[in-house]
Amino acid sequence: MSEALIVLKGIGKRYKRGKQSVPIFEHLDMTIPRQDFAAIMGPSGSGKTTLLNLLGGIDRPSEGTINFDGKRMDNLSENQLAAFRAANIGFIFQFYNLMPMLSAAQNVELPLLLTKLGPRARRERVKTALAVVGLSDRARHKPSELSGGQQQRVAIARAIVSDPKLLLCDEPTGDLDRETAGEILGMLQTLNRDLGKTIVMVTHDPEAARFAKRTLHLDKGRFSEKDLNA
Amino acid sequence: MARTLAQINAVTSMNLRSIPSRLWTSISTVVAVGIATGVLLSFLAMSNGFRSTVKGTGSPDVAIFLRKGGGGELNSIITREQVQLIEEAKGIAKGPDGKALLSAEMYSVVDGIKKSSGTKANLPLRGVGPNAVNVRRGIKISAGRMFQSGTAELVVGRAVSKQFKGFELGRTIRLASQNWKVVGEFEAGGSVFESEIWSDIAMLQGLYRRGSSVQTVRARMEDPNRLKELLAFSDADPRLKLDVKAETEFYANQSRGISDLILYLGWPLAIAMSFGALAGALNTMYASVDARMREIATMRAIGFGGLPAFVGTMTESLLLSAIGGVVGTLFAYLLFDGISASTLGSNFTQVVFSFKFTPELVVQGVFLSLIIGFAGGVFPAWRAARVPLLAAFREQ
Repeated sequence: MSEALIVLKGIGKRYKRGKQSVPIFEHLDMTIPRQDFAAIMGPSGSGKTTLLNLLGGIDRPSEGTINFDGKRMDNLSENQLAAFRAANIGFIFQFYNLMPMLSAAQNVELPLLLTKLGPRARRERVKTALAVVGLSDRARHKPSELSGGQQQRVAIARAIVSDPKLLLCDEPTGDLDRETAGEILGMLQTLNRDLGKTIVMVTHDPEAARFAKRTLHLDKGRFSEKDLNA
Repeated sequence: MARTLAQINAVTSMNLRSIPSRLWTSISTVVAVGIATGVLLSFLAMSNGFRSTVKGTGSPDVAIFLRKGGGGELNSIITREQVQLIEEAKGIAKGPDGKALLSAEMYSVVDGIKKSSGTKANLPLRGVGPNAVNVRRGIKISAGRMFQSGTAELVVGRAVSKQFKGFELGRTIRLASQNWKVVGEFEAGGSVFESEIWSDIAMLQGLYRRGSSVQTVRARMEDPNRLKELLAFSDADPRLKLDVKAETEFYANQSRGISDLILYLGWPLAIAMSFGALAGALNTMYASVDARMREIATMRAIGFGGLPAFVGTMTESLLLSAIGGVVGTLFAYLLFDGISASTLGSNFTQVVFSFKFTPELVVQGVFLSLIIGFAGGVFPAWRAARVPLLAAFREQ
């Protein structure tokens, strides 16, 4: 296995509900190597999405450390975390989270507004990203004019356009039919295999998890690894 | 900096482009702000119109003599002997006949019927002599002729014949138990005099059994600086002891109370309505932020800062309010600019004036709308900047 991109050590996460502090998990250790494609499964409430949020710098652990590419990220400020996300993370959401009033190309361009690229360079990158997901001919379409699968492909183009090191997918096929889901997962597989993207995907669908290189089961605050392809 | 501007531009553009999806709440905000602005501007234009009508009355080189402490013309009384003493004062210009150019006048109040409402209102009936027109500037008979001395004839100001019944040229009208014939109409440059009825002073003195006393004396000075001399002259002679004021100052003082009253009514009303508009703006902007919660959280997750979300929401609020302000201003202008109204002046008589819009008033109206926009946007914008990023992952 290649060197680690993310290392979680002794991670604990608790949420406050009223006066009670509810633990999601405690003393969790985890390593995501570069070019990994890991599926995270587990029952509802096991903390899959919470883990994804911690990996993406959207949430902070209650305890423990998170190292990303050799640097600690759990102690960054809000602004530093925003810059970290812009530079390193591509998000793919279950409900695509596209901006309804923007065209596909404008949606894909959004992360590039956080870079130093000029308009022409941005246009080129957007064109390439849309070509990768096979939507070059839908660049001017609004999300409402696209099917669910096409919208998720736009979301993938948005996630990869700034060439982040890590793609985080939260139930990326949860809102799609089986056939379209297969297309999207195949696309993620290609991004991992051919472009070397590290992918962490939360899913409750064993069929979706089969597209990953490995599957981690999160339950009662512990991981167990299973090879669904075996 | 350029990247921050690009982010702000992107978020603001998205906010504004999403307004059609919240069309009705946005329109209600525009309307509420428009009404508040329109009401304020109407009152300001009314106050402004009244003030400029009264303030524009009188000349700086005309001195007005009144009973000491009398305040207005209605309460004043000056005897014939005092008038003769004033004729001797230095600093008063001479007429073509070589005599002091002054006009002794009576001032009384009669009933008029408003054409607009059919209700009674007080109108000033001024008794004057031939010098009234020579002492004042800008009095012009615009129709008919001047009344003849010793007859029950009237000339009426243009505003009176426009707004009150029965003062048309050639008509006979009964005022103060006397039938009068309207023989002329006069203009006075839009000043208060246009709200007056003039008759022969001798007729009025007889009618009111005032003998030879008058109420005020107007005197044309050689130049405005001679006022101090006239004041000193009046103070020095125990038989006089009259108030002496420049006519411009006299009317400015008269206008202040009423125009302030209009202002003091207008501002609180506009402020009360502004609170209503503010509630509307807050509601609209909170709805806007709530509707875009997932979008904002997604943008933040991608790496956008809180500032663009704040600026985008503020811009939307300010834009809606500014549109409301402009619409309200436009409506108020189209409805009210130049229209005539009348109100009670300080002598308990009607003063006819026109609503007057000025660029300064429009600036005040738009400023009010922007204040509403700012106050209505700042809290929702703060919420937008603090949207929890986890909202991006929640189910729809």
